[in-house]
Amino acid sequence: MQAQAASRPAKQRKSQSERREAFEGYLAISPWLLGLAIFTVGPIIASLYFSFTEYEVVKTPVWIGLANYQRLAGDRLFWQSLKVTGTYVGASVPLGIVLSFAVALLMNQKVRLIGFFRTAYYMPNLVPAVGSAILWIWIFNPEFGLLNTALATIGIKGPLWLGHSKWALPALIIMSLWGVGGGMLIYLAGLQGIPTDLYEAAEVDGATAWRRFVHVTVPQMTPVLFFNLIMGIIGSFQVFTAGYIMTGGGPRYATYFYVLYLYNNAFQYFRMGYASALAWILAVIILFFTLLVFRSSTAWVYYEGQLRGRG
Amino acid sequence: MAQSATARTVRSQGPQASTFLGRRSVQKVLSRVLVYTMLLIGAAILMLPLAWLLSSSLKQSGRIFQVPPQWIPDPVVWGNYAEVWRMIPFGLYVRNTSLITAASIVGALASSSIVAFGFARLRFPGRDALFLILLATIMIPSQVTLIPTYVMFRIVGWLDSYYPLIVPAFFGGGAFNIFLLRQFFMKLPLELDDAARIDGCSTFGIFRRILLPQSRPALGVIAIFLFMGNWNDFFAPLIYLNSPDKYTLALGLNMFRGTQYTAWHLLMAASTMTAIPCMILYFLAQRYFIQGIVFTGIKG
Repeated sequence: MQAQAASRPAKQRKSQSERREAFEGYLAISPWLLGLAIFTVGPIIASLYFSFTEYEVVKTPVWIGLANYQRLAGDRLFWQSLKVTGTYVGASVPLGIVLSFAVALLMNQKVRLIGFFRTAYYMPNLVPAVGSAILWIWIFNPEFGLLNTALATIGIKGPLWLGHSKWALPALIIMSLWGVGGGMLIYLAGLQGIPTDLYEAAEVDGATAWRRFVHVTVPQMTPVLFFNLIMGIIGSFQVFTAGYIMTGGGPRYATYFYVLYLYNNAFQYFRMGYASALAWILAVIILFFTLLVFRSSTAWVYYEGQLRGRG
Repeated sequence: MAQSATARTVRSQGPQASTFLGRRSVQKVLSRVLVYTMLLIGAAILMLPLAWLLSSSLKQSGRIFQVPPQWIPDPVVWGNYAEVWRMIPFGLYVRNTSLITAASIVGALASSSIVAFGFARLRFPGRDALFLILLATIMIPSQVTLIPTYVMFRIVGWLDSYYPLIVPAFFGGGAFNIFLLRQFFMKLPLELDDAARIDGCSTFGIFRRILLPQSRPALGVIAIFLFMGNWNDFFAPLIYLNSPDKYTLALGLNMFRGTQYTAWHLLMAASTMTAIPCMILYFLAQRYFIQGIVFTGIKG
């Protein structure tokens, strides 16, 4: 009896302190919860609604059903921007990953002056996007730019680069590779985190350097590669600044990136409904590729705990 | 690292290496040479555009169109930098950008740390589900929320003001930053909290007096990223700011480009100047910088 009587207030006190903690918890996360409602969930619902309307900002939205999406199907600029962006993602993401991984591998060979190399490779990432866009317009200048004057010294007459519809997109892809230093830092840290006993064990088993690379380094690095592949895809689909500043999407829409088309629709032509439909298509595309990579990951991404668990 | 490097130096200079230069060690030396050569070539390729930027920014206006180009400008025209300040209100842009950047950093640090504290240290119903939602929002492309957000700011009359660029930072400060800080808080020992609580510290007192001071490295990393993100941001200012006197550096630089088709030396000088704060920050806080990049790239 006594024990029961004593435990009841204790229990009450406990649940009171639990309630208090819960209250404080919600209080602590309340800025984010409010932000989630105001800047994420609300706008997502609104933009889905806008995508079914004709909306010119100054007037109220008019419901037009699927008309925006139907128009998209026949919109040549939509397909063109999709093609341009797809090409850009398909080239710059794999090239960027391979190059930055290769540099990280080189740097992981117990290189001296590693601080110098790290800084040298990372430096380009410190130039703001607008600044580097302007710098690269000048580098790609057909007559006086760095690239073509360098090509001229080995007897090659360089192309018009940004001025030619065939070369403008490759030029922007080349420019994107200037940032390999960011990925390199990540892979280098990953490489340095691989336990050395794995290599020692492989060496004892008589594995050659190549086999150690294929059977130790690559599997150990797959989680990092996986994460950076996903972030690379998401980021590259949203490329905007380079196209906006350097080419304005031209020549002949050769660099008309998807988000540039979206931006023009929303903020140049004020077709907010149509732009919302564009935004949703982009979100679905990005989601599709993210899920695709996720689904494929069971086949190629190696997680220590998981594999050990399956034996 | 340093230790293994010296160990190898000793080994390669030791008697074994010099007495019988076997095929293995020749191969080793060759592969070392190859590694350094490739690294140096790569570094040179990446540094060349930067050298070109600097070199062009110091050239006389006519010399910029010289073929083959002069790598070391003659004469060196430092005046190009002063010229930029005369041609555009560079100081004003710096002030505007600094204001936006500083306010956003303060807002994002304050709100992301308190939210991260809630997720890391307090128990409340639905916490894990909410945290999953938080992680999911990292994946949402910003274009999906762009137009309604713009419309919302238009309705409240905030277009052409700094509010759209600053206020959202106070509401969570970015899902990714919350995630990083939460991971950091989780690693701090719970005993710290308990000891403080016994001493009569309130929950938010623990946050302010115990966890925050312990988290300076993590907060520093996040502040660096916030600085880089805000200082360099182009899209949001482009959409929300109209009056030239409210422009940020990125917008001002782009407008300057629109007016100068041939003054490449001035454009290069202006571009160099926008990069300088980022460079200084990198060299001052290199360790945090690298840690942050690595952390965001691996632990994510």
